[in-house]
Amino acid sequence: MDGFQDTFYKCFIKDDRYMMMLDGIGVTIKVALLAAILGIIIGFFIALCNLSKKKFLNIIGKVYTDVIRGTPSVTQLMIVYFVIFASVHWEKWIIAAIAFSINSGAYVSEIIRAGILSVDKGQTEAGRSLGLNAKQTMVNIVVPQAMKNIFPALGNEFITLVKETAIVGYVGLVDIQKAGDFIKSATYEAFMPLIGTAIIYFVLIKLLTIGLSKIESGLRKSDAR
Amino acid sequence: MIDVKHLKKSFNDLEVLSDINETIDEGEVVVVIGPSGSGKSTFLRCLNLLETPDAGEVWVDGEQINVPGVDVNRVRQKMGMVFQHFNLFPHLTVMENITLAPIKLGKMTKEEAIKKGEELLATVGLSEKADAYPAQLSGGQKQRIAIARSLAMEPEIMLFDEPTSALDPEMVGDVLDVMKNLAKSGMTMVVVTHEMGFAREVGTRILFMDEGLVMESGTPEQIFGNPQNERTKLFLSKVLK
Repeated sequence: MDGFQDTFYKCFIKDDRYMMMLDGIGVTIKVALLAAILGIIIGFFIALCNLSKKKFLNIIGKVYTDVIRGTPSVTQLMIVYFVIFASVHWEKWIIAAIAFSINSGAYVSEIIRAGILSVDKGQTEAGRSLGLNAKQTMVNIVVPQAMKNIFPALGNEFITLVKETAIVGYVGLVDIQKAGDFIKSATYEAFMPLIGTAIIYFVLIKLLTIGLSKIESGLRKSDAR
Repeated sequence: MIDVKHLKKSFNDLEVLSDINETIDEGEVVVVIGPSGSGKSTFLRCLNLLETPDAGEVWVDGEQINVPGVDVNRVRQKMGMVFQHFNLFPHLTVMENITLAPIKLGKMTKEEAIKKGEELLATVGLSEKADAYPAQLSGGQKQRIAIARSLAMEPEIMLFDEPTSALDPEMVGDVLDVMKNLAKSGMTMVVVTHEMGFAREVGTRILFMDEGLVMESGTPEQIFGNPQNERTKLFLSKVLK
């Protein structure tokens, strides 16, 4: 057991390596959170494009979703970072978050589109028959109901997003994954840093899952089931 | 009040309304009967443009409404609609269902809308359900709330699309009673229904539709007592056993 303690000490305590890991956790959370928020906004607009009756908006939505789904997220991240934002000197993590949000937006748009379509057509008809316009009906009647269907899938997408950010090392950010990688290189230990990395991700996502299901049960209060 | 001229509507290749010409006057309770697929519901839904007519004219209060540039939302505020499947908003309480449109459309303040809502709930006999969610109501209660919701906009005309067809038999009476009282109060109503008793008792005029046409029109006494059209006779012989 001494061996275990020694390796643990070497990997996480010595030279304040846990600080690097804590900073890494911070980076992962920052990038994932901002990407999720921007991704939902992008996704909502792309979903509206796809649901619109206007042909050119459909095409914009379709091309966006196709391109994002048809290319690896690492490639997208690197294109955004080294090409699109090459001459923009914002903080690295913000640019990375934008890249992830562009990616996530495509998936979120499909989730939102499906959620909106899952609301019975009669709801829209009832709203419109009362004299509400299309936007008022969407905002007051359709979207609140769609939220209940959207939320679980959106939670899944957020969880995926947290794990996807493990590639931010490619653009020089030190997140959980990269921190573990550095410790691995510095200590010549593989097991402890990598299993440590896995455990940290797992705990993070477990906490996230618990939080999400709390919010979800709040959304279902009108169901009376 | 409502004028329909040469109304036509098809879904893909299926012609649902062939050529409808009808005038509905203020205070009339027009009951539309006929076999399934005869175009009754489509006719009703063309009146508030939930379906867009392919050809013909729909006039409401001297204004043609199925032409570009008409504010459909404003026209619909004058015409309440009650659906077969109620279509209450499940995420809102009964009171919120009723007050949503009047508040959002700036017709009433929140206080006025709630006061109106309380009056309407009393009218339909469901005052105690103001804070309930639709999922906690029976079908008959839902439909009475749906009627109250439409009335909250103080419409001039009420359209009913098979309002009792989705209800358990013992619930039908309550809904019909609300509709009878509404008719007595002088509301202009167009009702698509299979309730022949209601048609006979409350209707001021009966339209018999089949194959996308109004085959026969007349008072309940004429239609039920002495139908002229062969199809009307056949239909009534089947439903009035």
